[in-house]
Amino acid sequence: MNKPLNKMAVQATINGESTVFLCSPGQVLAEVLRDELELIGTKIGCNTGDCGACSVLVDDRLVCSCLVLAAEVEGRSVQTVEGIANGGELHPVQQKLLEHGGLQCGICTPGVVVAAKALLEHNPDPTEEQARYWLAGNLCRCTGYDKIIRAVLDAAKTIREEAA
Amino acid sequence: MNAYQEFKIIGSRPVRPDGLDKVTGRARYGADLNMQGQLYGHVVRSPHAHAVIKSIDCSEALAMEGVLAVMTGEDLAIPGDQMLGSGEGAMALRDVVPMVMSQGKVLFHSQAVAAVAATSPELAAEAARAVEVVYEVLPSVTDIHAALAPDAPILHHDRFPDGYPEEPTNLATHISLTVGDPDAAFDKADVVVEQTYSVPMCHQGYIEPQACVARVDAVGRVDLWCCTQGHFTVRHFTSAVTGIDLGKITVTASEIGGGFGGKTTVYLEPLAVVLAQKSGRPVKLVMDRGDVFRATGPAPGAETRVKLGATRDGKLVAADVECLMDSGAYNGAPAGIAAFMATACYKFTDARSTGRSVYTNKPKIHAYRAPSIPQVTLGFELAITELAAALQMDPLEFRYLNAVEEGDANMMGAPYNRIGLKECLEVARNHRHYKSAVAEGAGRGIAMGYWINAGMQSSATLNVIADGHVAILTGSPDIGGSRASMALMAAEVLGIPFEHIHPQVAATDAVGHTDLTGGSRTTLATGQAVIQAAEQCVLEMCRRAAAEWEVEPGVVTWSQGAAHYAEHSLTFEALANRAGTMGGPLTFSSSLTAASAAPAFAVHICDAEVDKDTGRTTITRYTAIQDAGKAIHPDYVEGQMQGGAVQGIGWALNEEYLYNDEGVLENPGFLDYRIPVASDLPFIDTVIVEVPNPLHPFGVKGVGEVPIVPPMPAIAEAVYQATGVRFRDLPLNPPKIVAGLCKA
Repeated sequence: MNKPLNKMAVQATINGESTVFLCSPGQVLAEVLRDELELIGTKIGCNTGDCGACSVLVDDRLVCSCLVLAAEVEGRSVQTVEGIANGGELHPVQQKLLEHGGLQCGICTPGVVVAAKALLEHNPDPTEEQARYWLAGNLCRCTGYDKIIRAVLDAAKTIREEAA
Repeated sequence: MNAYQEFKIIGSRPVRPDGLDKVTGRARYGADLNMQGQLYGHVVRSPHAHAVIKSIDCSEALAMEGVLAVMTGEDLAIPGDQMLGSGEGAMALRDVVPMVMSQGKVLFHSQAVAAVAATSPELAAEAARAVEVVYEVLPSVTDIHAALAPDAPILHHDRFPDGYPEEPTNLATHISLTVGDPDAAFDKADVVVEQTYSVPMCHQGYIEPQACVARVDAVGRVDLWCCTQGHFTVRHFTSAVTGIDLGKITVTASEIGGGFGGKTTVYLEPLAVVLAQKSGRPVKLVMDRGDVFRATGPAPGAETRVKLGATRDGKLVAADVECLMDSGAYNGAPAGIAAFMATACYKFTDARSTGRSVYTNKPKIHAYRAPSIPQVTLGFELAITELAAALQMDPLEFRYLNAVEEGDANMMGAPYNRIGLKECLEVARNHRHYKSAVAEGAGRGIAMGYWINAGMQSSATLNVIADGHVAILTGSPDIGGSRASMALMAAEVLGIPFEHIHPQVAATDAVGHTDLTGGSRTTLATGQAVIQAAEQCVLEMCRRAAAEWEVEPGVVTWSQGAAHYAEHSLTFEALANRAGTMGGPLTFSSSLTAASAAPAFAVHICDAEVDKDTGRTTITRYTAIQDAGKAIHPDYVEGQMQGGAVQGIGWALNEEYLYNDEGVLENPGFLDYRIPVASDLPFIDTVIVEVPNPLHPFGVKGVGEVPIVPPMPAIAEAVYQATGVRFRDLPLNPPKIVAGLCKA
């Protein structure tokens, strides 16, 4: 009785797995990821696209999932923080955030992980300034960004070294 | 003298135990738990800043299909004068209840007036719109000076500050403190400065909105999950606000997405409990970001007049400080702290400090990182800098000459123990930043700060697992890496690997009482409980080894994770493994009221550039120096210093609550309430100074709060040096800078 009747079925690839979910036409992706698919790593800090805690990749494009309608991902591929590690192996961005202490409360961390991964795929050798501007949409109130930026630049270096 | 002088693992930087869950998205925060069969709550909020509630009609909402409960302020306790201890200071129940839900009158815009619970969030929102509230709208006041004007609308007709006649006023508190004879002392001064400085109301700006889910079972036991800095405080306050027995409530603290003092009280939790009680179903409530800004306690704005006198050779001889602070709609009691601690960095024999707070039609203010001190310190430190300039002295040397050290007392009376302020100033003086030339067109400011730091009650339980691992339960929500520091301290005492220690934040029923994570006290006080529990464990293991070897326990020593006597040794793992046959389970608990707290001091250096066309200020270099006593995990000490500095930078340059004439907050979101983003900032250099706290076994001093104290005056001075125009009214946002430059 709690489901409105006008639900639609959406088929998408979520973290590499073909998935079908139900959503109402007005429901945003962040809510569906969290409440229907139990991917709680995607956080909602503002619901207005200002904080970046809900950052996900849709077909490799970095978006705020609170500003994307769930129905818009029909036929697309969505990657959330839960899909960033390769099985048990952390992505260098995740590993370096841990090593540098680049998180305190951790609520912004999933969004930072997703956004930084997208940065390094787009630009494997960012300057400090480029990293700061790319991550300007991910608000962190705890760290002052110092250790986050250091971790991301260090992760870039690791990826370049692994590729060389 | 500290019990521990040499450290094996303290001071190293291992990966925090909770880190993996946080970088992979598995960590569960306030909004991340759903209970089976849960309903969704929605809060009805006042569209007026000041009004009498004539009636509330919930019947239409309750009649909607899928709506299972409605409530109003009548469902909560009617508060009298009883005080609730909350750790950093007691709060009156009458100041807590209306921040949960109003009763009869609303005193700020978006104050809760009713709540509903329904089977979906959409339905709950629709039902909330169907609640009919009739208001008699009253004139409102949001400015602290206007609130004290004779014709101001009065918020409380039944509250009178101590020493005032019983006539209506918006003055909430008035505290004055004098040492020596400041008036006579000013006569001895060769140079006197007197200026007024102001800081706006701002918000803690934690990224995670308040969230909770509550369940009440058939016999009335409450199971509450929420994001909080203190789940014991939530239990206490929820009990007081709802009237449910304390012993019937269990609170589990979720991971917490920032708090900075803002999550040391209740807003949604009692509502979820009452709605769950009424509906018989679990109820989840998540606050909307706009409501976080509009209806949770922000930090007070303040205006501070500072008068300082010094002799020609640079000795401070007198101070007179008067701080007027915003209290919001209820008593947030910010002014006492400001008055007591304003002069705390300096030696004074003659000083007067006055604090007043004022009721306004805004949410009741709440703690924000070193509450009240950044506001009063902006004025005090800038006045110090202005006085140094008038004396033609270097601002750092002037401070050094007058800085407090061991044995000096502040206005609260007790002399300081071994403090590290002068050591921080020495580091600043010799730092490459301070020695470097200021870039062309830039300016440099320096300022220092004090915070008292708390001790309070903490508990820890240590359970030895049969394979030699250890579970540590504490009652302190981990807001910034405290589980890492707990594990490090236990590893240091036990001599076993850090990775073998599994620290957890336990629910209220699972560990001894623990006051909230606040007051920069967690690593100090809860850490001390962990140290004591670990020491008991070592003692018991030595006793068991002695029994095995048939020797006196006193001859057995403990090192490198094993008991030793002559050629014998028994490892921690072996003793854990054989616990069942050597005396039974190895479980140790320690509870304490920490008397080991020591104050924190910090010195910050800031370089800033100002674009004279746009008025934009850019922080080009920043160095934070702080006495940590002993840094347990330096990454997270530096993290506190950097995070606090950047919050101060945001407050100095941008952050500000903007109310319109109707008392409505005009910037209740991160787009218009702009906190610093990564591209605004340089790296924040840090220097941890370690002057051990003689009262703590490891020498720890609290570190979390003081970093927000020096930034505002350091930045304001840097802007003055860059522009030649003195700004005493924050924030230094582009319109204000441009206007100031045009006037000059």
